[in-house]
Amino acid sequence: MPIVWAGEVTPKMKASAFAYARATSVANALELLTAHGEKAKVLSGGQSLLPAMNLRLIAPELVVDISELAELRGVVVKGGVLTIGALTRHVDLLKSPEIAAHAPLLRDAVTHVAHPAIRNRGTIGGSLAQADPASELPACMLTLGATIVVCGPSGERRIAANQFFAGIYETALTPQELLVAVELPVIPKSSTHFFHEFARRHGDYAIVGLAAQALVKDGQFADLRLGFFAVGDRPLLAKSAGKLVDVAVTPAVLAEASSALNDELDPLEDQQATPTMRRHLAKVLLTRCVSSLLARPDLCTGASA
Amino acid sequence: MTAAVAISLSVNGERIEANILPRLNLADFLREHLKLTGTHVGCEHGVCGACTVRVNGDIVRSCLMLAVQTHNATVETIEGLSDSGEIADLQSAFRERNALQCGFCTPGMLMAAQDLLKQSASLDREQIREHLSGNYCRCTGYQAIVDAIETTAQARSGRLP
Ligand SMILES: Cc1cc2nc3c(=O)[nH]c(=O)nc-3n(C[C@H](O)[C@H](O)[C@H](O)COP(=O)(O)OP(=O)(O)OC[C@H]3O[C@@H](n4cnc5c(N)ncnc54)[C@H](O)[C@@H]3O)c2cc1C
Ligand code: FES
Ligand code: FES
Repeated sequence: MPIVWAGEVTPKMKASAFAYARATSVANALELLTAHGEKAKVLSGGQSLLPAMNLRLIAPELVVDISELAELRGVVVKGGVLTIGALTRHVDLLKSPEIAAHAPLLRDAVTHVAHPAIRNRGTIGGSLAQADPASELPACMLTLGATIVVCGPSGERRIAANQFFAGIYETALTPQELLVAVELPVIPKSSTHFFHEFARRHGDYAIVGLAAQALVKDGQFADLRLGFFAVGDRPLLAKSAGKLVDVAVTPAVLAEASSALNDELDPLEDQQATPTMRRHLAKVLLTRCVSSLLARPDLCTGASA
Repeated sequence: MTAAVAISLSVNGERIEANILPRLNLADFLREHLKLTGTHVGCEHGVCGACTVRVNGDIVRSCLMLAVQTHNATVETIEGLSDSGEIADLQSAFRERNALQCGFCTPGMLMAAQDLLKQSASLDREQIREHLSGNYCRCTGYQAIVDAIETTAQARSGRLP
């Protein structure tokens, strides 16, 4: 016998009323978004959207649930490009042999994203669209030189990761658009990576974090990409990395890169940390990263958090 | 537009048909609607883990899933795991080790612990702590909970302590 839910429970931590549409295809989702624009919200894993709705930080009139669209899920490698569907869950990234082989940085990063029960629902598309500056995956997209593939009423747009993140919870997406996939160049076999973040507890949003990818030849960096997160209103691909490429890294060279990094940072103040503390921790991460990737423990002396 | 939606799902092996408003989350559906009050509601924004249940075999936060999203799904709650005997050994290890005091966190802890135990039988304390990192306990200090899970892991893999 069907049961009818009568309505109100304790109101203060509950989402306000909204209409719900289960999208049947990408085209159907786009139609709904075109018709409802800013009044609608896309629901993927719901692990950022639903907390915000429960806290009444947002109250969309329509929730467009795309979570069942199998066409947006999965990881494919083809012609040197790794394509990850927007609905690929954090847990899928963690378990994917393709990710482990071609983007191991991402695998390491995901172990720091929230907790198992949240990773079972949260998706890469949701995480990038959410654009929390303390989030791991957006920084990885900068480091790995990702292209973000977006569909809207006028077709497809391909946006370079460094053009996608526009501020706290802000991206290049319009309310009518759907993030459908990300594309990553397959990294060369000889490439190495480093991932570390400071957080109060495992799974918490980072206080400061670094996702790095490098090519090391004869004890020097032939290439170095440093994606910092929680150091400003959006993830940062540090230009100061350039100071460490094609040179013999000495403590003096590292100190110079560290001071150049300091000039690039624009950390925010919140309950977790002051800007000064974030600057300090970012420099500690830089030192540890360089020391670890070059296998030079001597560079690490004095870099305590 | 905010009209009730019809859903059909399996809860602890029983077929359930219901008409619900989209704003209703799974935790409230289970508790208020189906009177399955073993699923606890603490923070309602994903932080405490008290509301952890299994949907299609995966543990999830029931406060962060809309009940309408469970249409055609298989949901298992602490009542289901307890009644089937699936976690009888884990429950008795919790009792023996005093891994619960007020018991508010316990259903979520058991759900998360069983999820880990199913994935691997050889667990170290660090892995256990990491898997439970999203579950708050305000009473025990976690030590006894980790003990109980470690003991169960050892017993299940035939390495009795
Ligand atoms: C307790 C807790 C701890 C967490 N810790 C971390 C952490 O340490 N690091 C971290 O990175 N994240 C963390 N998260 C967030 C988690 O990773 C989310 O999964 C992720 O941020 C959003 O993904 P989602 O699929 O759940 O998106 P949703 O919540 O469904 O959506 C998030 C936003 O993106 C929009 N959106 C979703 N998908 C699309 C799409 N395909 N196209 C366009 N717009 C879209 C939605 O409309 C919404 O505005 C945590 C969450 C919780 C509850
Ligand atoms: S009530 Fe769901 S995580 Fe706290
Ligand atoms: S036993 Fe009281 S919260 Fe864990």
